[in-house]
Amino acid sequence: MRFNALRILREGLTGNKGWGPHWRDPEPKPAYDIVIIGGGGHGLATAFYLAQQHGITNVAVLEKGYIGGGNVGRNTTIVRANYFLPGNSEFYSHSLKLWERMEDDLNYNVMHSQRGIINLFHSDGQRDAAVRRGNAMINQGDDAILLGREELRKMLPYLDHDNGRFPIHGGLYHPRGGTARHDAVAWGFARGASDRGVDIIQNCEVTGIDREGGRVTGVQTTRGAIRARKVAIVTAGRSGQVAALAGLRLPIESHILQAFVTEGLKPVIDNVVTFGMGHFYISQSDKGGLVFGGDLDFYPSYAQRGNLPTVEHVMEAGMTLMPMIGRAKMLRSWGGIMDMTPDGSPIIDRAPIEGLYLDCGWCYGGFKAVPGSGFALAHLLATDRYHDSATGFRLDRFLTGRGIMDEEGKGAQHNLH
Amino acid sequence: MRLTCPHCGARDLREFTYGGAVLDRPEGDWGPEWDAFIHLRDNPAGLSREWWYHEKGCSAWLVVERDTRTHEVVAVAEVSR
Repeated sequence: MRFNALRILREGLTGNKGWGPHWRDPEPKPAYDIVIIGGGGHGLATAFYLAQQHGITNVAVLEKGYIGGGNVGRNTTIVRANYFLPGNSEFYSHSLKLWERMEDDLNYNVMHSQRGIINLFHSDGQRDAAVRRGNAMINQGDDAILLGREELRKMLPYLDHDNGRFPIHGGLYHPRGGTARHDAVAWGFARGASDRGVDIIQNCEVTGIDREGGRVTGVQTTRGAIRARKVAIVTAGRSGQVAALAGLRLPIESHILQAFVTEGLKPVIDNVVTFGMGHFYISQSDKGGLVFGGDLDFYPSYAQRGNLPTVEHVMEAGMTLMPMIGRAKMLRSWGGIMDMTPDGSPIIDRAPIEGLYLDCGWCYGGFKAVPGSGFALAHLLATDRYHDSATGFRLDRFLTGRGIMDEEGKGAQHNLH
Repeated sequence: MRLTCPHCGARDLREFTYGGAVLDRPEGDWGPEWDAFIHLRDNPAGLSREWWYHEKGCSAWLVVERDTRTHEVVAVAEVSR
């Protein structure tokens, strides 16, 4: 089934009765070439690119819940390529290029909206840092524009520009950044992979990872044993538990990150705005809700909900930045589970067990990485070589000290990012 | 979430700072044991033993047993050296 304007018009006129399921619901087969554990954005994108880029379709994606029910449906939907360090920079640049062709690749409307991201700064020192980051982005081939005080005041008149504590000196504008509809991304990749022959198996929890003679031979699941030549763990948020099935400990601590949405409002915030000093960022969804969030709660949690001190902090930061937000009623808040690594950068690598692969540690930045991560992991699974965009995401960088990617310059230790 | 400090009683989460998982510190020079101590984590979904610092209270370092699935605090103990 392909989507096109005529079909949508016809279905609209006939009560939308002709649409079928977007992906098949097969029984698991006894064996596959590749089993991907985790049917989130990254796992589904991996399956899609295995089929599209490498013609490998004897693949199963095993999801313990339902497609779109994990972190891919719980994030704040921001897509950007404004990283600074080599290793991260080329990866997110590549990922953004994949975003820009995603809707054509998938024949699916993921509502990717390049509305631009503005990172605010409040001092000369922060301005220098923004210039430096902007130059790094331009050198990577991406876009960055430095906005001065007056330009920004015209562009975002609703901010409290003359705030006593954090007067706004300007912003770093990344026009190709923006948002997308997160669950449509999961559905689109699921549909694209399924159409190409990948089996997407929901309600199928992996309970064991089988090994023989030091190599992986398959998985045990709640729907029976499945043999596989290669197994990829793509379960950010639950990486530690799944890796433990193979006897591994990972450099990951799971933390809670909260997000919030207000009632639907008329269009008021055109871009994504980040207020780093207040650990606050905001955009407006196409439904009209203001979607915003802050920093981690800073203690390990799998509860998918946070505590009130962080809620209060986020609200205060929002009020500081844009007092008008006080007029909106908050509708919902929720939490996602973040795979936090010591240096704040992810891992796409072979595990120390033959045939086992890891894609994890996405910290609080996994959504924008969905296509880039899927592309790079598919490349690694298919060729056993790192993709050029993802040579830096090594598992052993903490042990060796080589290739640490600490964007914030805080150190490569847990609980700093 | 509130923690019951042995000195100060039940106090708001705002007064405390999480300080990492309780692990045995290795001896000797840098090697896999140190890598494990600094980087690798069991990261349990369930009971977890953690350092917490009563920063805005009595400044004691505490060992907290807490359920990471529910935020239930099972035990808080002062560290004796």
